[in-house]
Amino acid sequence: MIFRWDIIIEYLPYLLQGTMLTIGLSLGSIILGSVLGLFIGLGRIISNKILSSLFYCYITVFRGTPLLVQIFLIHFGVVPLFAGETNAVVAGVIALSLNAAAYIAEIFRAGIQSIDRGQMEGARSLGLTHSQAMRYIILPQAFKRMVPPLGNEFIVLLKDSSLLSVIAAPELMYWGRAMGGQYFKVWEPYLASAFIYLVLTITLSSLLNLLERRLRTE
Amino acid sequence: MIKVENLKKSFGHNEVLKDINVKVKPQEVVVVIGPSGSGKSTFLRCINQLETITSGRIYIEGVDTTDKKVDINKVRIEVGMVFQHFNLFPHKTVLENIMLAPLKVRKVSKEQAAQNGRELLKKVGLAEKENAYPDSLSGGQKQRVAIARALAMEPKIMLFDEPTSALDPEMVGEVLEVMKQLAKEGMTMVVVTHEMGFAKEVGDRVIFMDEGFIVEENIPKELFENPQQERTKSFLSKVL
Repeated sequence: MIFRWDIIIEYLPYLLQGTMLTIGLSLGSIILGSVLGLFIGLGRIISNKILSSLFYCYITVFRGTPLLVQIFLIHFGVVPLFAGETNAVVAGVIALSLNAAAYIAEIFRAGIQSIDRGQMEGARSLGLTHSQAMRYIILPQAFKRMVPPLGNEFIVLLKDSSLLSVIAAPELMYWGRAMGGQYFKVWEPYLASAFIYLVLTITLSSLLNLLERRLRTE
Repeated sequence: MIKVENLKKSFGHNEVLKDINVKVKPQEVVVVIGPSGSGKSTFLRCINQLETITSGRIYIEGVDTTDKKVDINKVRIEVGMVFQHFNLFPHKTVLENIMLAPLKVRKVSKEQAAQNGRELLKKVGLAEKENAYPDSLSGGQKQRVAIARALAMEPKIMLFDEPTSALDPEMVGEVLEVMKQLAKEGMTMVVVTHEMGFAKEVGDRVIFMDEGFIVEENIPKELFENPQQERTKSFLSKVL
């Protein structure tokens, strides 16, 4: 077997272009997913049973069904329903965000509930409202504990973005598959893609380590 | 100053407080003693409604704080609380712990809050610790910071929930010293404690609670030397 470096070099501009989209998709979904996840996580712990069970349903559905199925449903069903036509990048960000939000919500909930009850009581006894206590006392402490599991989730999300190649979002894996299709090769396109994903996840995890260390010394 | 009428509190089917009636006069120091599980901490936590009460009325300076129309956050500004486990905010420095509520609730300026905070730290003997984080302090120091933090809101009433129970014995004195000073300055205080020495020396009145009832209350000298109820006698014989 000859490893054909030349086709990797030929496809390199496309792979890099795809990498940029992968980064964009992931970043967008991380941000949207986190905002949504915080909202759902808070919704999960409110005392109103009916409302909190709605948020619980959301988590159950999005954690309990395959991401690939969600991607198809959103790409071919939900987005056309609202926008008339579909768009792989938009549908991709929506699917990844909604899916990640379910996991992130649980991370937020666990983080908030891991803070000692006395912290809330201490804050409330001083006359702070519930939301002030959340904002100034509970969330800053919970956030520190949430960084490692959140980092995990971000890395999973980055890798899961490769699933969007099946709806032809021109991200990294899409170009890897295009290259494999053109030359009937397996090793070159997929090893090249895998290598780039690895670089991305290593970069992301070292950024998260940096954040974790900074928060610790604070 | 505080008037508690027919206070009842249940956790599920477990009735912890069964008809409590207490009055606290301005500048009075009331000490609550009793075996663990007697409901004394729950009673204290009902006064500023960290526990939602099951029934009864609690008046603070004439205002019925159990009325749904009363903003409990406003009530809590006037009622400071010190906890057994300090409940300091570990992500904030000592001074930030003290400044937080004045800044966010009383909306005083940052300079004013810092100045008041430093004065309070000096008062509790921790002026040099303003930039330390709570985790680097000893238990006694933490509790003194917690007292300063509560005082920063300039409350009219201070509640102490077993403030020395989580401390090493050699640190109990420094915290009681601060509390004595506070009593001397005329603060109205309700103190749940196992420190009988403090009750005798500082208390204007001692309440003995058991099984959710107030069994007996009197001035310290009478209650300790001449208890009327069997349960009070048997409790005191074990702790004195």
